[in-house]
Amino acid sequence: MTVVQGKSASIARRSLLSAGLAGGFVLAFHLPVRAFNEPVQPPDETAGKLAPNAFIRIDQSGKITLVMPQVEMGQGVYTSLPMILAEELDADFSQVTLEHAPPSDKLYGNPVFGVQATGNSNSVRAWWKPLRVAGASVRAMLLQAAARQWQVDPASCVTSNSEVMHQSGRRLSYGALALAASSEVPPKDVPLKDPKDFVLIGKPLKRLDTPDKVNGKVVYGIDAMLPGLKFATLRKCPVFDGKVARVDDSAARKISGVRTIVVLDDLVAVVGDHTWAAMKGLDALVIDWDEGPNAGVSSAEIWRDLRAASESDGAVAKSVGDIKKGLASGDRLELAYELPFLAHATMEPVNATVHLKSDSCEIWTGTQVMTRVQSEAAKAAGLPIEKVIVNNHLLGGGFGRKLEADMVVAAVRIAKHVDGPVKVIWTREEDIRHDIYRPVYRDTIAATLSGGKIVGWKYRVSGSSVMARWFPAGFAKGVDIDGVDSAIDIPYEIPNLQVEFLRAEPRAVPTGFWRGVGPNNNVFAIESFMDELARKAGKDPIDFRRSMLASRPRFLGALNLVAEKSNWGEPLPARVGRGVCLQPSFASFIATVVEAEVDEFGEINLRRITSAVDTGIAVNPDTVAAQLQGGLIFGLTAALYGEITIEKGRVQQSNFNDYRMLRIDQTPRIDVHVIKSGETPGGIGETGATAGPPALRNAIYAATGIPLRRLPIDRALIAEGRKA
Amino acid sequence: MATTLTINGERKSFDAPSDMPLLWVLRDLLGMTGTKYGCGIAQCGACTVHVDGKPVRSCMLTVGAVRDRPVTTIEGIGATPNGAKVQKAWLDLEVIQCGYCQSGQIMSATALLNTIPNPDDADIDAAMAGNICRCGTYVRIRAAIKQAVFGRQS
Repeated sequence: MTVVQGKSASIARRSLLSAGLAGGFVLAFHLPVRAFNEPVQPPDETAGKLAPNAFIRIDQSGKITLVMPQVEMGQGVYTSLPMILAEELDADFSQVTLEHAPPSDKLYGNPVFGVQATGNSNSVRAWWKPLRVAGASVRAMLLQAAARQWQVDPASCVTSNSEVMHQSGRRLSYGALALAASSEVPPKDVPLKDPKDFVLIGKPLKRLDTPDKVNGKVVYGIDAMLPGLKFATLRKCPVFDGKVARVDDSAARKISGVRTIVVLDDLVAVVGDHTWAAMKGLDALVIDWDEGPNAGVSSAEIWRDLRAASESDGAVAKSVGDIKKGLASGDRLELAYELPFLAHATMEPVNATVHLKSDSCEIWTGTQVMTRVQSEAAKAAGLPIEKVIVNNHLLGGGFGRKLEADMVVAAVRIAKHVDGPVKVIWTREEDIRHDIYRPVYRDTIAATLSGGKIVGWKYRVSGSSVMARWFPAGFAKGVDIDGVDSAIDIPYEIPNLQVEFLRAEPRAVPTGFWRGVGPNNNVFAIESFMDELARKAGKDPIDFRRSMLASRPRFLGALNLVAEKSNWGEPLPARVGRGVCLQPSFASFIATVVEAEVDEFGEINLRRITSAVDTGIAVNPDTVAAQLQGGLIFGLTAALYGEITIEKGRVQQSNFNDYRMLRIDQTPRIDVHVIKSGETPGGIGETGATAGPPALRNAIYAATGIPLRRLPIDRALIAEGRKA
Repeated sequence: MATTLTINGERKSFDAPSDMPLLWVLRDLLGMTGTKYGCGIAQCGACTVHVDGKPVRSCMLTVGAVRDRPVTTIEGIGATPNGAKVQKAWLDLEVIQCGYCQSGQIMSATALLNTIPNPDDADIDAAMAGNICRCGTYVRIRAAIKQAVFGRQS
């Protein structure tokens, strides 16, 4: 299906209202929004008037339009959210039309974040209840309208497939009822379906966004085409925060198709008749940079700083029992785990198209943060927010990169020097060298064992606080709530436990969210350490975990299922091992086993991956399986290859030749077992990324006895055969 | 200078320097945006098109080097029997996530079936290893190529 472009807030409101007046109807209602902080923009003109969150439009032709508050970046929400709405609406799912929501925190703010943002694997979790209520309310209004028209008891009517039916056999389509229903009063406390009556939720329905993705019709932000469009590409100072000193553009100006050379304080852009002219022009520029104070920054220095910082006490995020007593006796083990900087490398390189006029700014892009883009663009353009129109698109991958607005701000600044619309595409090299990186982390865990169980556990996360910059309310009293997310939700019963966060910002390197966010780091450290503890206790890794899960049935269920399905315990050839990971992340309960072979040179051959997933009600179980399959590849790519390193203030990697990705010839069989559950849905989009690295690390440990404590996997260390 | 190419069976004329990669001709001059830019150095396969039936990386193939050979892109591949089979299998097995790399994946898979009608796992790996998918859809790509061969109904 083709996704229709939503309008910006004020226009959308007008069109929603006029649609209502013209004979369709729009459901308006309030959500119980839990705002962590002040809105990022002033209230829009709907404040105090309609102030709705509007998700459903039905016109008299029967066309049902569902407005998507979250963005689609591959994770399947443009199918799962419509399924939730259509389930309670009793709409004919094959006939729904989707529309990208315009920017508006008021109308489309994520109920968990309080702002319009897609992240933290929470689209289904956050919207589960509100969208069910939205669908059920509209259904009730349509049903009431039909009953009124027929002068019958509403209880004698039912709904199905976009129709209201009476027991007499009379029926009316939703389209025929749209006008009448718009004057019905939305019910209070509308009843929701009993899950046993679901006809859509729980079924592996076909995705709504994929038919246009097999034939080139889909339009991503990078595909925006406008009359008179110019094409640009840019280069920022290779050293973080460096400035432009001098530009010699004499050669660039001679290149056919080059139109404008834009020199700003921190970047240079070339604008041309096509992207090729812009790229050639950029390469022909001779740029002297003022590298500034970061010209000496290196990974070695950043790691030296982080290791030193991590020796101090952190802010306590969680405390259970008596940690001093817990660590005072028993067999003690204390280890540190380290994770590198990572780039996102979305397949669609960072880009934005901007048409800046004296009194307005229109933007075409694919973003995870509509209102942030709108407000940042307004600042850069020097215009009021309502003069900035943002047209969102399907995203060619997000992974957290598009939770940032830097690419839009850069494009607006460039657009100030261009007459008409300009599309600014970053080359892959710029995309890798000027990402906002997953931070380096150092995790230190001290634990004691007694009788084969953990009695004391002190876990300190040291690293950047992304929250402190991105969502200040998420960094309070020294604790980054994302940074310790899966550390405070540790699956295991531990009587004495302390979790600390120590904020240590790396010099020069900007840090941001990356698929798997805080849990990615927590789960790697916890699950790697669990295997080292199991070995110290002389126990099988799964038996060791199981012994501390008696009161945690959902974890135990996932772990037992993965043990069975992965043939855990069955003999393997030499240098082949199985590794397990159990994780509490994003309100899903997931156990994963990776089976891998390690050769004498330290090369890894992935043989098989098995996951058991309890995510509560799986709205679309096929999407759940797909997210695990893909997320595991994403995480294993990082474990096997992912590392951004800094030398002389510059990122050393540049493209897929030196920032490698896992490919199909390295991909093993992956089996995902989705556990039937009636619990509230959990998150799923990031879980595979979190599961892969520790499970692989533990498989290597099982195969070789070599305990890796850093990522990416160090083949030289394995080849040396150094054991603990 | 004016150049004419046959793309998806249609004659298309445009002005472009002969060293301009076919990718940017398709996208920026002809508005055929189904073919994607991913890396610019033939490392990711997102820009794969067929020239004379063979899969090529259009980000590094200059328009001058195409000469008079016919070009097929994702917009036209569905008109070929193997292209249609691959597209159907991709949807039947719900291969796609973000989809940005999938134009290239589908072009590579179709080219594979055009040369090896019944590929085994090693053939699939060899033909598809040049196409990166950041969403990690490889397991389903492999299954969908097999399904396209056997034409099983979903």
